[in-house]
Amino acid sequence: MAKGRIILKNKKFQLTIERLCNQLIEEYGNFDNTCIVGIQERGVLLSDRIVSVLYSIDKNFAFKYGKVDITFYRDDFRRRDTPLMASNTEMDFQVENSQVILIDDVLYTGRTIQSGLIALGHYGRPAKVELLTLVDRRFNRHLPIQPNYAGMVIDAIDEAYVKVEWDEIDTKDQVLLYQNRESAT
Amino acid sequence: MAIVSALSTKHLLGIKYITPQDIETIFTTADNFKEVLNRPVKKVPSLRDITVANLFFENSTRTRMSFELAEKRLSADVINFSASSSSVTKGETLLDTVNNILSMKVDMIVMRHPAPGAAFYLSQHIDASIVNAGDGTHEHPTQALLDAFSIREKLGAVQDKKIVIVGDVKHSRVALSNIFCLQKLGAQVAVCGPPTLIPKHIRELGVQVFYDIKAALEWCDVANILRIQLERQDIKYIPSLREYALYYGVNKDLLDSLSKKIVIMHPGPINRGVEINSDVADSGQSIILDQVENGVAVRMAILYLLASSNPA
Repeated sequence: MAKGRIILKNKKFQLTIERLCNQLIEEYGNFDNTCIVGIQERGVLLSDRIVSVLYSIDKNFAFKYGKVDITFYRDDFRRRDTPLMASNTEMDFQVENSQVILIDDVLYTGRTIQSGLIALGHYGRPAKVELLTLVDRRFNRHLPIQPNYAGMVIDAIDEAYVKVEWDEIDTKDQVLLYQNRESAT
Repeated sequence: MAIVSALSTKHLLGIKYITPQDIETIFTTADNFKEVLNRPVKKVPSLRDITVANLFFENSTRTRMSFELAEKRLSADVINFSASSSSVTKGETLLDTVNNILSMKVDMIVMRHPAPGAAFYLSQHIDASIVNAGDGTHEHPTQALLDAFSIREKLGAVQDKKIVIVGDVKHSRVALSNIFCLQKLGAQVAVCGPPTLIPKHIRELGVQVFYDIKAALEWCDVANILRIQLERQDIKYIPSLREYALYYGVNKDLLDSLSKKIVIMHPGPINRGVEINSDVADSGQSIILDQVENGVAVRMAILYLLASSNPA
């Protein structure tokens, strides 16, 4: 496995997460009528961290927290060599008339978010949906989708691969940039 | 997202043609589809560009509705064919019927046919994926998969569990598919019934044989009760249904006399008072309705996985 270039780590990684949380608090206050929804699988690692930091700031924040898997909503089904295995969806609430903060770790082409929005629509009609991402690959979009909150912006060629690693499963919080997806495995 | 291996087969013709890994893949996918069925909008768009034809050459309630629901929950377009109201009554062959349907750009076929091997025969002549919804007295693979899925859900696993299949084993495609499926998952399987309804060489499949219902139920963790398939019987195999009910019917007194609580299953349709009494079918030990619910999720998983091997 080729070594990726570390582009975010240690204290700066933590500060980025905290900044994102403070931006959310600035916008949503006590989070009344608000849902935070993480996209499986790796978006949930970010949303778990966001939720944990928010609760460490104020344990009485009133948001609902759920996790949604978008495998069955992907637009590349039957266009891949092998199918993808879905992860769990944990949404025990409706989003009807709620404000929703949709979270994914890396915003790349926008297709995952498109699938996430369709999946979200099956839980009601939200009043508003905003997108939070740790990494915005701003010039790699295939669809007109932009984040409302971005931890960092990366300008990379299409073939490059951005991976967010987490202390909980990868032993370190860091963001790595690889030349391509294969060199990250 | 984890990549999963596609099924090892393009069709689902029978349990004998699939691997234990295929079964696990189907179960894992069905777990996720079961969650979808509990959502407010019980639909995913995965098969929106697929058309499925349900060809039922035999009567069916559960299986037909279950497949149709599964297809619609996956957003597929569905057409239903019933032999009694088709040109089959004018002498059209199976292959001609199917080829006519396929020329209307149908992508997948779900077929129930009275002839054993009908689905296999079809698979040799057409390109579309085929799901066998029951072929005579041969196999009913989706029933076996949902039965095993239900056991896994109720008991945590199928491996090392003891399952007895009670009733008209000789004429039951459900019995044969269940034997194959449960053995592939590491369960111990037995059959129980009157000697005239137990195939002579069934022990060669590695199953135990009981002729005494109490001994069978005492041995097992799960009892899968089968209906007497009168419509498939060419001669009288039992003196009467009343006598069958007396010697092999499962009732509450019999269940309460066992040393442990066992799980009761039935593929349906139930003949209440014959193979099973109402106080058993409707009891807390019965997972008959869970089987029906799981059937939709399992069939969604099968259609999804088979469709994924057909490129867009």
